[in-house]
Amino acid sequence: MSAPPVLDFKSVTKAFGEREVLRGIDLEVAEHEAVALIGASGSGKSTLLRCADLLVDIDDGDILLDGEVITDPSVDTVAVRRKLGLVFQAYNLFPHLNVLKNVMLGSVQGQGIPRAEAEEQARSLLARFGLEGREQDRPDDLSGGQQQRVAIVRALAGKPRALLLDEITSALDPELVGDVLEAVRELKYEGVTMLIVTHEMGFARDVADRVGLLHDGGIVELGPPSEVLFAPKQPETRQFLRRLLEAGRM
Amino acid sequence: MLVLGGLAALILTSPGWPVVRETFFSWDQFKESFPDVLKAFWFDVRMFMVVEVVVLAFGLVVALVRTTRAPALFPIRMLSVLYVDVFRGIPTLLLVYLIGFGIPALELSGVPTSAVILGGTALALSYGAYVAEVYRAGIVSVHRGQRDAARAIGLTESQALRHVILPQAVRRVGPPLLNDFISLQKDVVLISVLGITGEAFRTALIDNAASFNYTPLIAAAFCYLCVTIPLARTVDRLSVGTGGLAR
Ligand SMILES: Nc1ncnc2c1ncn2[C@@H]1O[C@H](COP(=O)(O)OP(=O)(O)O)[C@@H](O)[C@H]1O
Ligand SMILES: [Mg+2]
Repeated sequence: MSAPPVLDFKSVTKAFGEREVLRGIDLEVAEHEAVALIGASGSGKSTLLRCADLLVDIDDGDILLDGEVITDPSVDTVAVRRKLGLVFQAYNLFPHLNVLKNVMLGSVQGQGIPRAEAEEQARSLLARFGLEGREQDRPDDLSGGQQQRVAIVRALAGKPRALLLDEITSALDPELVGDVLEAVRELKYEGVTMLIVTHEMGFARDVADRVGLLHDGGIVELGPPSEVLFAPKQPETRQFLRRLLEAGRM
Repeated sequence: MLVLGGLAALILTSPGWPVVRETFFSWDQFKESFPDVLKAFWFDVRMFMVVEVVVLAFGLVVALVRTTRAPALFPIRMLSVLYVDVFRGIPTLLLVYLIGFGIPALELSGVPTSAVILGGTALALSYGAYVAEVYRAGIVSVHRGQRDAARAIGLTESQALRHVILPQAVRRVGPPLLNDFISLQKDVVLISVLGITGEAFRTALIDNAASFNYTPLIAAAFCYLCVTIPLARTVDRLSVGTGGLAR
């Protein structure tokens, strides 16, 4: 029997009041796979990632992590979050802590790893992402690109089973986007399992094994980038890509 | 500056000034009463410090209860709302009377009747309500994304509060908290109505009654300013230093 997918969404639904944001999402992310999600603003991409990280409760369906249901009320939500890494569009670094402590907090407090060990691990991760020498700086003293790389390192510090990336370059100045995307390419090369929400079509084409379009609460088209981005079958996908082209974003 | 100068000139040339100078600003009288008043003021300062520590801890607990979302805590959340509404709404002096005279009148066994303890309790209850609101404002001002990020890295709710939310909240409310310190320091005089001997204002009043001279009150005012002015300058410095987030 082959290993179950790392992440598995089964008919997931979620409404905020009257507004049905997710209406039956089915999606699998296999080990070492990178799946990119695209879709219009407000289509529920962030909500889907937040549901997976149990920051938002789903209404119906199941989400499985390594074959085990994590959306059951009896599940220890904190333990599940420690197995996933979420990176936010607005970085959400802790402004009162320096870079090193931002990265170490989850390992030391959350996972109970000894301070010295956590620090060594944090330092080497930071160095790998070009942040050597910035350990004692406050997040506010870094550029947006550096802050987002710190946020990626912070998410990686817990050795997650999968990374969830939510439009991690949308808040960046154009000239800083490259650095951050390069870091994610590197992660893909190392085989990190990822679910990536992005507006960067070129990046989705390069990094993702599969691309999915979220529209009207469902995933209307899912497949390799060469098909979804260059020979879309669904009218919704064609329309979405045409709009992006018109807006000069592709 | 001009206004102040004009005011000073007006006072100094007023027909009543010679008498006022003698009854309020007698240097001999000042020298005589100042040691007494200063010694009594030390009581005020200790009272202030004890009450302040209680207020800081109690106010934080009330604020935390009020900002939790746990459904199980709904009843005590309502209680904390009620507490803040009631105790912020009653003048502190009235509260000192109610607790200082009301509690002993109940003649309950086991409940302290010492004026110092009751007066301190009244001050702590009154200021606790203000300080709880200051803390709460700080807690809700921390961006929602901070709590999300704390949970996302695998912290529990209480760890998120302790390591992420509270440190940011407390930094932001430093200046308003210090302002409340200054008010509390001054309001310690209110418990003098309970007849506490050795309290600075009351000591000055007694000296005043004995000598028919108001200078002891000036001596007491002087003591207060020696504490409140440095506190006020500290607030100024903090407010400038923390334009937004403290670093
Ligand atoms: N906590 C919330 N409460 C109410 N509505 C929400 C909440 N979070 C998201 N929404 C709504 O859900 C919809 C999808 O939001 P989101 O997942 O952020 O979309 P996207 O990330 O694709 O832009 C939006 O209409 C948004 O207003
Ligand atoms: Mg979003």
